[in-house]
Amino acid sequence: MPDEPAPVTLKLKVNGKPCALTVEPRRLLVELLREDLDLTGTHVGCDSSYCGACTVLMNGRAVKSCTMFGVQADGAEIVTVEGLEKDGQLGPIQTAFAEAYGLQCGYCTPGLLLSALQLLGSNPKPQESEIRKAIAGNTCRCTGYQNVLKAIRLAAEHMAKG
Amino acid sequence: MYTAAFEYHRASSLEEAATMLSQIGEGAKILAGGQSLIPLMKLRLAAPSHLIDIGFTSGGSYIREEGRLLRLGALTSHAEIELSPVAQRIAIVHDCAAGIADVQVRNRGTIGGSLAEADPSGDWATALLALSAEVHLISPAGERTLALDDFIKDAYTTALRSNEVIAEIRVHVPDAGSGGAYICLKRAAPVYATASVAVELKLEGNVCRQPAIVLGCVGLRPIRVDGAEAALRGREIDDVALEAAGEAVRVAADPESDMRGSAEYKRTVAGALVKRALRAALGRARGEIVETSHLYA
Ligand SMILES: Cc1cc2nc3c(=O)[nH]c(=O)nc-3n(C[C@H](O)[C@H](O)[C@H](O)COP(=O)(O)OP(=O)(O)OC[C@H]3O[C@@H](n4cnc5c(N)ncnc54)[C@H](O)[C@@H]3O)c2cc1C
Ligand code: FES
Ligand code: FES
Repeated sequence: MPDEPAPVTLKLKVNGKPCALTVEPRRLLVELLREDLDLTGTHVGCDSSYCGACTVLMNGRAVKSCTMFGVQADGAEIVTVEGLEKDGQLGPIQTAFAEAYGLQCGYCTPGLLLSALQLLGSNPKPQESEIRKAIAGNTCRCTGYQNVLKAIRLAAEHMAKG
Repeated sequence: MYTAAFEYHRASSLEEAATMLSQIGEGAKILAGGQSLIPLMKLRLAAPSHLIDIGFTSGGSYIREEGRLLRLGALTSHAEIELSPVAQRIAIVHDCAAGIADVQVRNRGTIGGSLAEADPSGDWATALLALSAEVHLISPAGERTLALDDFIKDAYTTALRSNEVIAEIRVHVPDAGSGGAYICLKRAAPVYATASVAVELKLEGNVCRQPAIVLGCVGLRPIRVDGAEAALRGREIDDVALEAAGEAVRVAADPESDMRGSAEYKRTVAGALVKRALRAALGRARGEIVETSHLYA
């Protein structure tokens, strides 16, 4: 085993922007996003694959970025919370979370927004049970989830109106 | 948390991955979805010096029904199986895939990785042991197919040789008139179950044929419960038979007390779950649509 394993060069599209990086293989996707790309909206809660605060979308699917090496995302399209706004305006899911008081401290919110985005992307009119299932991997210590559920229902309405 | 440092290798095919395993030898490990391996590496419970990433291989993820066989590529994710109309036709397979952890873990984790890990609390081995399932392995020396029961040796221990990779999982499609169910008791979605039960049976009229009952999380490997099967085989499943099956399950379970509950609690849970799973399996064998989901407590 050499002391310094060979670094790996990878290409990603993050929030629509292409980027190339050279990283140590053990660099986690969440570190790559927060530290190399300065996208600190993605949070680290438990750092042990449980809480979902680090959730981002990879090719449209929610993943825990603390449980992936950056190299595994080579060639992928990543969406983080920073990618949800358009031209300085909050996106519809963000607006719905604000309107429905879907957050308190906000630590879990970036992850919840992206889990909600995967859900509403494939299922614009989810049932209550489907919403619950979609956010089962996101822990929130503040809200008790009721307003989060409300916010996702509201987001679905906003998105249906376009 | 940082994992120990490792050299990264990307395989373009599973065959190439097997060759790399042979060439690198000691310290090499396959990386599939990483949903078991990366948490272990972050805790430094595993520190492979070389990782061979099979996540970029093509053709390792598929779900096909061919004749009486359901073929699942080792790299098929839990989510792909959950959403597959083909896989949905075997109720146990769908129940299992849809109930693993949460959306994020199901998007990344693979069926091959789950079987290779052989975690005593993992869902796939328990669910698939109630069906007739085989694991197809490849290595530079050739290929072989093992019954799942022979593949799972012990906790975290399989029959995989150091240069072998799982290529495919093969499940025999149950006969018409069959029904199954897989139910867990869980404390939350992103944790392993406290106890789980898989049931598969066939009905001839009202008479139960070929019952298979397997318990998960209550022993070092999944436990097939002959006593419960005997209580059901060749008879109508009434309340008396259900109670007898539940009692046989309580006796056969061999759990450890831990943070998920005492051994006695887990026995009781397994005994209750088998009755629920049997009721669901019976309904399904009769052609009813029975929705099940894991229980959360
Ligand atoms: C928060 C959380 C909750 C979870 N909850 C559950 C749960 O409720 N139920 C459950 O069943 N699982 C659960 N899991 C585990 C999950 O299902 C994993 O996806 C699975 O155990 C491993 O699959 P993987 O593709 O991620 O494998 P990896 O983590 O990449 O690999 C696991 C092991 O298998 C080996 N391996 C992988 N693929 C192959 C192959 N094709 N051939 C040979 N060896 C191979 C690797 O070398 C490694 O040793 C959970 C995981 C997390 C992070
Ligand atoms: S920080 Fe990734 S799951 Fe908690
Ligand atoms: S708002 Fe504080 S953890 Fe969710």
